[in-house]
Amino acid sequence: MGSVLREALLTGLIALLLFAPLTGVSLSGYTLEGHWQRPLWLAGWVVLGRFALGWLLSRRRHVVAHARPHRRPSLLASWIEAHRTFLLLAMFVVALILPWFIGKYWLNVAILAWIYVLLALGLNIVVGLAGLLDLGFVAFYAVGAYGYALGFKYLDLSFWTALPFGALLAACFGVMLGFPVLRMHGDYLAIVTLGFGEIIRLVLNNWMEFTGGPNGVRVPFPSFFGIEFGRKAQPGHVTVHEYFNVPFSNEYRDIFLYLLLMIVVGGLVFVIRRLRRMPLGRNWEALREDEIACRSLGLQPVMVKLSAFGLGAMTGGVGGVFFAASQGFVNPTSFTFMESAHILAIVILGGMGSTAGVIVAAVILTVLPEALRDFAEYRGLLFGCAMVLMMVWRPRGLMGARRARFDRSGVA
Amino acid sequence: MSFHILVQQAVNGLVLGSVYGLIAVGYTMVYGIIGMINFAHGDVYMIAAYLTAIFLAALTLLGIQSPPLIILLVLLLTIACTALYGWSVERIAYKPLRHSTRLAPLISAIGMSLILQNYVRLSQGARSQGTPTLIHGSLRLFENGPDQFVQITYAQILIVVTAVIGMALLWYWIQATAMGRACRAVQQDRIMAALLGVDTDRVISVVFVLGASMAAVAGTLVTFNYGSFDFFIGFVIGIKAFTAAVLGGIGSLPGAMLGGLVLGLAESIFSGFVNTDYKDVFAFSLLVLVLIFRPSGLLGHPEVEKV
Repeated sequence: MGSVLREALLTGLIALLLFAPLTGVSLSGYTLEGHWQRPLWLAGWVVLGRFALGWLLSRRRHVVAHARPHRRPSLLASWIEAHRTFLLLAMFVVALILPWFIGKYWLNVAILAWIYVLLALGLNIVVGLAGLLDLGFVAFYAVGAYGYALGFKYLDLSFWTALPFGALLAACFGVMLGFPVLRMHGDYLAIVTLGFGEIIRLVLNNWMEFTGGPNGVRVPFPSFFGIEFGRKAQPGHVTVHEYFNVPFSNEYRDIFLYLLLMIVVGGLVFVIRRLRRMPLGRNWEALREDEIACRSLGLQPVMVKLSAFGLGAMTGGVGGVFFAASQGFVNPTSFTFMESAHILAIVILGGMGSTAGVIVAAVILTVLPEALRDFAEYRGLLFGCAMVLMMVWRPRGLMGARRARFDRSGVA
Repeated sequence: MSFHILVQQAVNGLVLGSVYGLIAVGYTMVYGIIGMINFAHGDVYMIAAYLTAIFLAALTLLGIQSPPLIILLVLLLTIACTALYGWSVERIAYKPLRHSTRLAPLISAIGMSLILQNYVRLSQGARSQGTPTLIHGSLRLFENGPDQFVQITYAQILIVVTAVIGMALLWYWIQATAMGRACRAVQQDRIMAALLGVDTDRVISVVFVLGASMAAVAGTLVTFNYGSFDFFIGFVIGIKAFTAAVLGGIGSLPGAMLGGLVLGLAESIFSGFVNTDYKDVFAFSLLVLVLIFRPSGLLGHPEVEKV
């Protein structure tokens, strides 16, 4: 107990030295303003936290020695597992009904949440399944969005043509970048993808004549087999409220986009589930665990990684097309490194390799910042803390998926 | 005209390259020791810039007026405080994950980078900050008319000289001290060094501290020279410094400095003669090209992987 207290006080002293210069004063022109209480408060909390942690750790050290030989799975986990199909169906019904009741603002938040689910599932293929750290995932997102925007501007592409076009364009960028780069160590891949993300953003920002630079590009809203969602239709077309003979509402187009995203996400989840059971998916996970062993068994690491990278990029492209469609406008400031960090945080918190975890984390990490908008300025700090804590304590994330050593369904 | 521009950009490039080199040695030392990129290193440099301005303002308020004395004191204080940050980054983001999978410490370091950025943004504000100019005056070379000369400011000279001194001290420390020998041993084979009695945890912490100290020197010098910074400066310059480390040969100290100079020169020449808008694209593209075509860099040696 004495050593725990001493350690806590020492930690507090170090924290005070760290915090004092940067939080104790703030720059004001060429002079300083004092905020002397802030470092004291922060150091105080550090002492308390460290003491509590030390006490818990020392207590756990005793408990472990007397641990019971077998631990039953928790009741909640059992209940969830037993009623899995029912729960999935219930969530599906709720998700289906939701857009009609939550109003325009939260409907837009929900659309953004679905886009982040899409992006996180794509990055989860790269980071979670294949174990490749991609820090420039936002580049493929940008390629998809600008693929739609510039495709419409120069080639008059509609949304439905731009969807596969954006996806394939992003996939091409992914393969083009990935092919020479995936031979490297993971660290090099991380920083090269980071650099690539910056290259894409800077080119979009500076290539005024082609991309409009910081001014961005306008994007039309999608139609559905000629049915449009504006107040008035183009000649020869019909609007949704005329077609169904209901009063006009701005929400119809958002509801349409929401439902469309649900379908796409559902399809993607299905594809990922199937892929994980195919040799390709198993190759991804095997490479993540031990690349040298895989190579000795005859796998081609570059081609396996490239498939994960390309598929992830393609998904990012699809997300970009939907983002452009929902915003009606694209601009380089939407595609900074912070977006990549946001998506990466979703994958890490949800559990690398876990599809369900990633979906839950994506929804939470999109809705929560909106619900707690007063704390928006702390978002980056909290994301960073969450990433560090998660890696230290639960590297597999909150709902981390580990493939069972043996498939139990075939055993009595 | 072209001659003067070329020489001027070469001078600018050497100064910039010295800064990249100072930050690059941090990347290269950490990579040599634990085989990983310290993603928070650029933000440690950013913190050094803020600390420089804060200590400068504080010492001025205390009444110290002599520029050489105030520069020296600010440098020492910034190095000390930034070294503590470097130590803390290692202690929080890397040490608990010493025996974890490869991905976990990388992600932990990215999280630490986000923490440092947002911590400074929240405590100091998001707008750009500045410092007053302390070092005035310049030399003019090759003067040939009112618009044709090459200018080297005394601040730039200070940057290059201090960078050289810093690198020399670091090189001496690595080559001639017991702890330096321990660092080299851990770089070659961490497990064997541990078996032979080297305290590898302490060596790794010391390496992070040294890397942060060199970044602090860079941060201080740049702040004195350019006088403008914000919470995001660590991001781009961090990538460029890593490019320099890779260009020179990751794991090689002389390579890091050489890589910094080459990158600084290349970037300056590109800016002067091609396009300033795309100079960052140029630097990042250089990183991609180097990693593709010569992963071991100028002074590095290809790594023989043991299975």
